[in-house]
Amino acid sequence: MDPKQITTKERLAIPRQVMPAQDPVLRAGNFREVHLGLTPELAQMEALRCIQCKDPVCVKGCPVNIKIDQFIRLIAEGDFLGAARKVKEDNVLPAICGRVCPQEDQCEQVCVIGKKREPVAIGNLERFVGDYERLTGQRITPEMAPPSGRRVAVIGSGPAGLSCANDLARFGHEVVVFEALHELGGVLMYGIPEFRLPKEIVRDELDGLRKMGIEFRTDVVVGRTITVEELLGEEEFDAVFIGVGAGLPWFMGIPGENLVGVLAANEFLTRVNLMKAYDFPKSDTPVFDCKGKSVAVFGGGNTAMDAVRTAKRLGAGHAYIVYRRSEAEMPAREEEIHHAQKEGIEFMLLTIPLEFIGDDKALLTGVRCQKMELGEPDESGRRKPVPVEGSEFVLPIDMAVISIGNGSNPLIKQTTPDIEVSRKDTIVVDVNTMQTSKENVYAGGDIVTGGATVILAMGAGRKAALAIHEKLSVTAPGSRES
Amino acid sequence: MYRIVSAIFLAENIKKFEIEAPGIAKKRQAGQFLMLRLTENGERFPLTIADSDPVRGTVTVIAQGAGKSTRALNRLEAGDTITDVVGPLGTPSHIENFGTAVSIGGGVGTAIAYPTAAALKAAGNYVITINGARSRDLVILEDEMKAVSDEAYITTDDGSYGFNGFVTQKLQELIDSGRKIDFVLAIGPIPMMKAVAEVTRPYGIRTVVSLNPIMIDGTGMCGGCRVTVGNEIRFACVDGPEFDAHLVDFKNLSDRNRIYQQEERASDEAEAHRCRLSGQS
Repeated sequence: MDPKQITTKERLAIPRQVMPAQDPVLRAGNFREVHLGLTPELAQMEALRCIQCKDPVCVKGCPVNIKIDQFIRLIAEGDFLGAARKVKEDNVLPAICGRVCPQEDQCEQVCVIGKKREPVAIGNLERFVGDYERLTGQRITPEMAPPSGRRVAVIGSGPAGLSCANDLARFGHEVVVFEALHELGGVLMYGIPEFRLPKEIVRDELDGLRKMGIEFRTDVVVGRTITVEELLGEEEFDAVFIGVGAGLPWFMGIPGENLVGVLAANEFLTRVNLMKAYDFPKSDTPVFDCKGKSVAVFGGGNTAMDAVRTAKRLGAGHAYIVYRRSEAEMPAREEEIHHAQKEGIEFMLLTIPLEFIGDDKALLTGVRCQKMELGEPDESGRRKPVPVEGSEFVLPIDMAVISIGNGSNPLIKQTTPDIEVSRKDTIVVDVNTMQTSKENVYAGGDIVTGGATVILAMGAGRKAALAIHEKLSVTAPGSRES
Repeated sequence: MYRIVSAIFLAENIKKFEIEAPGIAKKRQAGQFLMLRLTENGERFPLTIADSDPVRGTVTVIAQGAGKSTRALNRLEAGDTITDVVGPLGTPSHIENFGTAVSIGGGVGTAIAYPTAAALKAAGNYVITINGARSRDLVILEDEMKAVSDEAYITTDDGSYGFNGFVTQKLQELIDSGRKIDFVLAIGPIPMMKAVAEVTRPYGIRTVVSLNPIMIDGTGMCGGCRVTVGNEIRFACVDGPEFDAHLVDFKNLSDRNRIYQQEERASDEAEAHRCRLSGQS
C-alpha cells in the first residue's frame, strides 16, 4: 500500500498488528524478553493505521510530547531512521520508553482510532524505531551546541538523570553524572527485570550518552562520599540536578513481617536484576530459592508484577499476587497483568494479609488472609475494599514479597539541610522549573513525585535541563549570582 | 578499580587492608562502613572502616574470612585491586564526653570498636577497653587499643592471655567494683552484643551496638538490612549501623542473618571444588 494513496477508510480497515511474543509457558521458564518486536513489515502496516489527525491529540497525551503523528508517518513511508530521529527530538530513550511506558493511559488512550477500534500501537512503533536504529548500528550522535564552559552535576543515573544529562550536553554544558551503585541506569537496571527491559538496551543507550561526552562516575554516594554543597563549591559545578529516585521500601506493619522469608520487592528485584542472583552460584549473590516453593507478592503495581513473574521464572511452584482490591483497580499496566496471567500467576484479589505465620525457627510458613468486598469509592476514587466477616483463611507460602511502594532516599535530605522536603520526605520543587528551595539545585523523578513512571521521570529531567540551561545562559560563567 | 596499598594478617584468618580511596578517606567518621565488590560477579558486602589517612588517601578495613567474599578478600595482596569500594556509609557514631566510656570488642569486632574508642578518647572520655578473643593468637589491635585507652583489658575464652573468661564477665567485674560507667559500646558477634546489653540493662547504662545485617546496596534503597529496634523497622545502612542495645531485637537479627545459610554452603562447596581444580588453597 502506498502511504500517499491510501484512503482513511482503507487505513481504518487494517487491524492492529500483533507484536510477536515468546510462548507464555516457555517464557515463564526463562529471563529473555517477552516480546520479540515488530518486523519492518508489521511496523509499516501498523503505521498505516494512523489517520494523521490535523490536531494530533496523542502528542498531548505524551508526557514529553513526542511528535507521534510525524514519526509514524515516516515509518509508513519506510524512513525508519528518520522516524527514530524524530522521536529522539523529544525522547532520548525510545527503545526503553517503547517498552515500559504505560501508553494505554497516555498517547494510546486518547488516540482517535481507539474510540471505535483498537488505538494505533504507538508504543510498539516507538520501540521499533529505537531498536531499528540500534540494531542496524546507525545511531548518530545528536547535534550539540558549542561548549558553554558551564558544568552541571547530575545525581543519579536513572531515567530522570539520563534525560537531564542528555539535554544539558546538547545545550553545550559539561555534564558529570554521579551514581551510587556500581552499575549505571538506576531503576532500569536494578528494578525492571530483563524480560521486560533487556539490560543490553540500557547499556547501549549509556554508550550513546558517553559518546556525547557525558562523564559517568559510579560508586559515589552523594550525601556521603560528597555533598551537594561541595559539588557547588570546591567541585565548581554551576548547577546540580537531583534524580536519586525512590528510596527505602514500605512495609505493611502486620504481625510476623520480620520472619525469615518476608522481604521487600526492592531487595528481591535488586538481588536478581542488579546482582544477577538468578545465576547463583556463578554470581556470588544468592536469592531465596524459589524452586517448587510457594511465593506470594503483596501489591498490585508494576513492581509487584515484576516480582511475581521473576519468582515464577526462578521456578516457584505457586506464584501468587495478593491484592486487596479487584483487577480493575490494580495500578499495574494491563499488559503486564495479562502477561502474568498467561504465565500462570495466580491472582488472589480482594484479599488482605492479616498476619504472617512462621515455625519455631522463625521461617515463614504461611499468611493468614481475609477476603474483602468493594464498598463505596474512597478519596482515590476507587471503590474501598471492606472486610468480609468470617472469611479468614491461611495460605501456605515459603516467601512473601512486599510491594506496596517506597519512601524517598534520606541521604540528600539529611546532608543538605537547606533543601525543603515535603511531609512525605520528597523534595519540594517549583513545578515549572524543577528548582528546589536551594539556589542552583534542581530535582526531578521519584525523589520529587514519589514512586511514578520512567517517562514522568524523564519528562521532569528534561524540564529541569531546560530551566538549568536558561538560568546558565543569563548568568556569566564563573559567577554564582542569579 | 581501587588499589590495595598494604595487606597484612593480624591473626589467623584476620587481615588488615589499606585501600586507596581518597574521597572516602577524606569524609569518613568513626562508626561508618564501606560496601565492597571484589569482582564483576562478586556480591556487595559491608565492612566497617577501622581507620583512614586523608593525607595518603587510604582507608583501613579489617576482615575475617567468614564467607566466600571475605575469604576471597583475604587472598588479595598489596598491589591487587578491588572492583568497587563505596562509602563512607551509615550514620557516624554519636560521640560526646559521657564521662567513663567502656568500649567492648569481640573477635574482629575489636576492629570496628577501635575507631569509635579513639573518637571517645578524643572527646575527653575516660576510656576503658575490653577486647575479647577465643585465645591469645586471635587477639588483634592490642597496641592500638592501649594507645586510646585509659585502661585496657584483654579477655580470652581459654585463659591463654589476659582475663580468663568472657568480655561480659570483665564488664560485670568493673560494675561490681563500684566504677561509675556512663556509656558502653559493644561490637562483636550477636550473642556477645546481646549478653552485654543484658549486663548493662539493670543499671540503665547507655549502651550502643553496631549491627551487621545482610546488606545488598547499602545506600538506602533495597531494604534488605532492616532490623527491629524498639519494635520498629529500622534500616542499618542509613539509620544505623549503631543502635541502642537495649531496644534491639537480637533474636530477629540472628534469625534473619541465617536466611542464606544453605546458599552460603553451596557457594563454599563450589569454591572448594574450584580451588581443588586450580590447585590453590
